[in-house]
Amino acid sequence: MELTINGRTRQVDVPADMPVLWVLRDVLGMTGTKFGCGMALCGACTVQLDGQAIRSCVTPVSAVAGKAITTIEAIGDTPAGKKAQEAWIALDVPQCGYCQSGQIMSASALLASHAHPTDADIDAAMAGNICRCGTYGRIRAAIKQAAEGAPIAGKGARP
Amino acid sequence: MPMLLAEELEVAPEQVRLEHAPPDDTRYANPFFGEQMTGASSSVRAFDEPLRRAGATARVMLVAAAAASWDVDPTSCRAQTGVVTHTPTGRTLTYGVLAATAAALPVPDKVPLKDPKDFTLLGTPTKRLDTPSKVNGTAQYGIDVRLPGMLIATVAASPVLGGTVAGIDEQKAKAVPGVRQIVRLDDAVAVVADHMWAAKQGLAALAIRWDDGPNARLGTADIVQGLAEASETTGVTARKDGDPRSALAGAAKKVEAVYESPFLAHVTMEPMNCTVHVRKDGCEVWTGSQVLSRAQAAAAAVTGFPLARVVVHNHLLGGGFGRRLEVDYVSQAVRIAKQVDAPVKVVWTREEDVQHDVYRPSYYDRIAAGLDPRGTPVAWTHRIVGPAIVARYLPPFFKDGIDIDAVDGAVQLLYDIPAIQVEHVRHEEPVLNTGFWRGVGVTHNTFVIESFTDELAAASGQDPVAFRRALLGKAPRALAVLDLAAKEAGWGTPLPRGRGRGVALLYSGWGTYLAQVAEVEVTGSGDVRVRRIVCAVDCGRIVNPDIVRAQIESGVVYGISGALWGEVTLKNGRVEQSNFHNYRVLRLNEAPPIEVHLVRNSEAPGGIGEPGTAVTAPALGNAIYAATGKRLRKLPLQAGLTLVAR
Repeated sequence: MELTINGRTRQVDVPADMPVLWVLRDVLGMTGTKFGCGMALCGACTVQLDGQAIRSCVTPVSAVAGKAITTIEAIGDTPAGKKAQEAWIALDVPQCGYCQSGQIMSASALLASHAHPTDADIDAAMAGNICRCGTYGRIRAAIKQAAEGAPIAGKGARP
Repeated sequence: MPMLLAEELEVAPEQVRLEHAPPDDTRYANPFFGEQMTGASSSVRAFDEPLRRAGATARVMLVAAAAASWDVDPTSCRAQTGVVTHTPTGRTLTYGVLAATAAALPVPDKVPLKDPKDFTLLGTPTKRLDTPSKVNGTAQYGIDVRLPGMLIATVAASPVLGGTVAGIDEQKAKAVPGVRQIVRLDDAVAVVADHMWAAKQGLAALAIRWDDGPNARLGTADIVQGLAEASETTGVTARKDGDPRSALAGAAKKVEAVYESPFLAHVTMEPMNCTVHVRKDGCEVWTGSQVLSRAQAAAAAVTGFPLARVVVHNHLLGGGFGRRLEVDYVSQAVRIAKQVDAPVKVVWTREEDVQHDVYRPSYYDRIAAGLDPRGTPVAWTHRIVGPAIVARYLPPFFKDGIDIDAVDGAVQLLYDIPAIQVEHVRHEEPVLNTGFWRGVGVTHNTFVIESFTDELAAASGQDPVAFRRALLGKAPRALAVLDLAAKEAGWGTPLPRGRGRGVALLYSGWGTYLAQVAEVEVTGSGDVRVRRIVCAVDCGRIVNPDIVRAQIESGVVYGISGALWGEVTLKNGRVEQSNFHNYRVLRLNEAPPIEVHLVRNSEAPGGIGEPGTAVTAPALGNAIYAATGKRLRKLPLQAGLTLVAR
């Protein structure tokens, strides 16, 4: 089967029903995309398919043939992904960091389609990405900073 | 941690490179516990002095090496950002050039540390060193390990603790493409495959039959009944002031309550996993652990190799929260790997992770207080019923029958009450394994104490903040954070109907004072929405204010999840929850703004990882009471409110 991942063509010999997550991690060795739940409940496995955020743990590899997959390893090459990564670093968003690949993939898909996302847009785009370290406030601030290109002032929010 | 070293060593934080320490208690032990351990909110408290002294000592040796090479007095030299300068002549040498010579010098004793007023780095919001790797997918967690020839396994352990494997359909599993081997243990079966997808399908095809063993019929109600019965017995007294029994009997008014706290799962984002290669001459382990030397000892115990033949590589861990203070998943992976002729990565599914956790125990508390005619407390008795985790985990710390964790936060009660008794009734329930969960004893005790304090305020007809203030005459730091949180939260200002504010105060063995005001909305259908959280924190001398804020924000979110929804229940000995659809946790769209206000002083550093979690449940419960008039004495809160609404 032929896949297009981060602009490169990759040949994989895997069952058609194998989720993209395991093709990426266990066959291609691209471990930036994380396993969290296996049921599209937590968003840790989020990648982009033709620019849309999808949960790779429930997406069979047969469904992505002929489409462009983008993962965390290359999202920094897109304008929205680069802005998101810079904002994430500026605000020191990650703690354990495990969910942050998925968070950034969802956030960069949002930023690519909404140059100036509202709080409601952020809620809708990010509700599917769980963070057990509770970095939600910083994720929201980082998305706004990535969109506005400037720090978000907030009482008690920053040192 | 790197800031502590960098401050005294005189290097810039970005000149520090982080590496995982290998397992070695003689070099890397947490001084509090005598072994390598990241837990109990102890990192800054335990390593503040040792790391600073290591940095200062190395700096003195580097300066001495430079001074010797120039044949000048070391006091005429200064060190900054990794360079030693001879001040009168302006000559310089870098630490890199000096390192080998400096290392050969005798290590000086008792090198003085900087006066905190001279700190240039400590106390500033310095950037974390690990962030860049965590935003581009390069950070390596245990689950990301890749080795030549490595196979992937997933496992099912007996769904009932104490159960065993009765039978499997091995042929069906082997028919799944990519499945290489079935490994059968007494209490678990693993499917070893080329990739996780094959392993998962193989595991499903096994159709394992279990012999459930003695716990087969137990349910949550049996556990609670056992705790309730134990609560009628006398426990070990951990604190006694005055004569609580007669003070209670003679009080004008007596208030009594029973509080219940459920089992909780950790649900770290990275499910449990461990990679092991067992060879003829030794064993190698790759995992993420909060207790690396325990991981090594566990692998040695299973394989029979001496410690020197067990190499353990630590990795970033995708959440610990106390779960990775246990090494059950390491032992199990080594047991599996002993039967596999290749390196094997054992990865638990989320379902396995939720159903085979080492759970926060279920607790049952009887608490009572006596009030005088003006409503001032004159007696306080608190009987805590639950297991003694410390007796299992850190036996040397279990002294005179007192589990310092089980009573943590309860024995330090700051309220000025003349007669106080705190007891622990040890009650073990072998139906689930129990252990540490972000805050453990303090998280449970603070819920009980601060909810009950609110009950006393109500019983005496006083405002919850004013009631607490009057009892804090001997605790000025607690009073200061209480006042700060109340002021910043606008305590006392009107709120719309259906909303309420609740306050809670925390102090425990962590040495941190934290006051929280939570604002909640309870909808007509009884759904709780947290609208705003305000925290005031006094954790003594602050190393990095931004990380203190981040830890409080994190603790609060973890605490909201646990307080509103967290509950592991049992039916027929089996955990009923399995994944995020039935073990609900807070999501971004539900997360309130969290304000953190820091008190700056030069007191000894306090722990900061767990206080945010511990203070949240009572603040929410008290806010729900303010919004609805319903006093919830049982966690999770949402379940109690939903029952009331019906």
